[in-house]
Amino acid sequence: MENRDRHPRRRRARARVLAAGAAIALLAPLAACGSDDEGGTPVLNLYQFPVEKMQDVIDTCNQQANGAYRIVYQVLPRTADDQRVQMVRRLAAHDDSMDILGLDVTWTQEFASADWIKEWTGDAKSQVENGTLAGPLASGMYENKLYAAPNNTNVQLLWYRKDLVPNPPATWDEMIQDALELKQQGKAYQVLTMGAQYEGLVVLFNSLVASAGGHVVSDDGKTAVMDAGAVEALQIMKKFATAGVTAPSFSNAVEDDVRLAFQTGSGAFQLNWPYVYASMQSDAPDVLKNVGWARYPGIDAGTPSITTIGGSNVAVSAYSKHPDQAFQAALCLRSAASQKYLAVNSGQPPSIEAVYDAPEMAQAYPMKAEILDELKNAAPRPRTPAYQNLSTVVAAQLSPPDQIDPERTAASLKKSIQDAIDSKGVLP
Amino acid sequence: MTATEVRKPARAGAKPRKAPLSEGKRQERKLGWLLCAPAAIVMVAVTAYPILYSFWLSLQRYDLKFPDERKFIWFTNYVTVLSNGYWWTAFGVTMLITVVSVAVELVLGMGLALVMHRTIIGRGLVRTSALIPYGIVTVVAAFSWRYAWTPGTGYLANLVSPDGAPLTERASALAIVIAAEIWKTTPFMALLLMAGLALVPDDLLKAASMDGASWWQRFTKVMLPVMKPAILVALLFRTLDALRVFDNIYVLTNGANETSSVSMIAYNNLMKGLNLGIGSTMSVLIFLTVAIIAFVFVKLFGTAAPGSSDDGRR
Repeated sequence: MENRDRHPRRRRARARVLAAGAAIALLAPLAACGSDDEGGTPVLNLYQFPVEKMQDVIDTCNQQANGAYRIVYQVLPRTADDQRVQMVRRLAAHDDSMDILGLDVTWTQEFASADWIKEWTGDAKSQVENGTLAGPLASGMYENKLYAAPNNTNVQLLWYRKDLVPNPPATWDEMIQDALELKQQGKAYQVLTMGAQYEGLVVLFNSLVASAGGHVVSDDGKTAVMDAGAVEALQIMKKFATAGVTAPSFSNAVEDDVRLAFQTGSGAFQLNWPYVYASMQSDAPDVLKNVGWARYPGIDAGTPSITTIGGSNVAVSAYSKHPDQAFQAALCLRSAASQKYLAVNSGQPPSIEAVYDAPEMAQAYPMKAEILDELKNAAPRPRTPAYQNLSTVVAAQLSPPDQIDPERTAASLKKSIQDAIDSKGVLP
Repeated sequence: MTATEVRKPARAGAKPRKAPLSEGKRQERKLGWLLCAPAAIVMVAVTAYPILYSFWLSLQRYDLKFPDERKFIWFTNYVTVLSNGYWWTAFGVTMLITVVSVAVELVLGMGLALVMHRTIIGRGLVRTSALIPYGIVTVVAAFSWRYAWTPGTGYLANLVSPDGAPLTERASALAIVIAAEIWKTTPFMALLLMAGLALVPDDLLKAASMDGASWWQRFTKVMLPVMKPAILVALLFRTLDALRVFDNIYVLTNGANETSSVSMIAYNNLMKGLNLGIGSTMSVLIFLTVAIIAFVFVKLFGTAAPGSSDDGRR
């Protein structure tokens, strides 16, 4: 007792020092967050999925900016879902530390509709529109306004074994026929493509619908359509899945499974993104010797296919503290020079047409003519802010593809897509 | 719970039941209220506010993708969710996981508790090692299970079926989720049950064995009745915990092949779908389920915190 009362002042003083220390310890990290602008140069945070050699492009842009801004690369997780969830959570909380966003092509409408990204206007807009391929450019539009600038793009091609198939098939029916003949002759016959319950299955479906001239949603993205073309696409999918020409693991296959299966020589055809070329170059040169490529097969002979566009766009966050600099930086990140560098060094097909003429491209992309052909008349995925929900329900209902019942599946898809657009859809 | 606590001083204190409290008692009670007021206010702030806010959100069409379409729609979201197949599938999966895992955990936990209680040599070592699974972060444990069950990287996948991928099929995936839950939380169950075992007086057991009761009779007629309050608390805690199962499923299957729990689909609709209305509706429904289960345990089975009243030990 005596002891406790002897130095009340000193004790209180010590407590105060402790409290102050604790307060500083708690506030210090916040202060560090606040002062991200060093010496007057605005720091722009680029939130993007991991891209090989991206830092080189950023360094070049920072150098060219000459003190106007400094881009810092914040690398997002590897899978698309994780990337999107992280960005969306920050944007919903009005996080002003995000400036430039690397978006998957399918997210533009959603982010624009939620007022999370700024519209491109004026000079910056015309710079983006100038020379950019129409298909990728459309993926950055929402309600006829430009919200995201196309960066890299992507389309699937038909890869086939020249030693087994002299002339590449132009339609799905021909391809199935060719495969069946090869099967009868006891040769490698499989048609390999992605059929697991995920985005890849939606891409297949979307390409078929577009090639058949159908629509999944209306052009304004507000109504589910699922017209005759969509039903025809479902019939082709069903026919393909049940004809006995797919790999046994078709309903569980994603991009890499397909690539690996084709490299081991078990398939005669592969429908996949162009990255498989570089992979075959290093891992299966023997197979590559006999591999040809052609336009993705269509539905009717005489009508070329329309395929789904992949790739990514770059947008400026609505909560950025330095929007003007962010637009300039975004322009640099997607400039022709940056796109060429990434096309050659990290295998990302460019969205600016002129880049395809660069001499370095001929070696990295011997199939660039086919890619350009498809890109000039390509299909965006259904353009609605509810795309994420739409994709989830479409993948769920189309899986497994051999269980599709065209008319019935179309009707039930129409209902769930409309529910998704009306915020009434429940995600599984 | 509060009701029992308020009743307690009255019953223990004044001998004639209805007699007014003495001045001292009243002061003491007032002090008691004042002392717990800060904690109670914090509790209300951090639990009542989010619950009311979710309820408010659940009555609206509120989708971050369509900020302009936000409007008040009363209970339409509840109709949407309760008439949806995905929700009921997830509800069934959650119930299955809860019932099976809690039942198995009770049996295994009881065994483990007996071992821990009876061990004389190396008691500290036995108790510590039994608690290790509970000490490992669930996500970390779930990842090690996932790799173990993935063909190619894991030692378990090919043990069970030579060319199957057990995590890609519904029945086997659910079994793996349940096994991971059991492995993880049996020690917690054992810990709670061990506290109950400590309540069993040795004299009582000795008296029973003098009367010729076999081991099994001593267990069922003496130990279990005395432990009942502890068992009920352990069951209540674990049931409510298991009902909210999320991390194991998120890591092991991510809800593929209809293995989502209610927490998973609430997360998917809130975080991935950005649909605050539907997602909050699910959260409120989960809260109601938890409340009903707690009510059944407390009111019908008479669960109470051990030592909070004499009811259980009569």
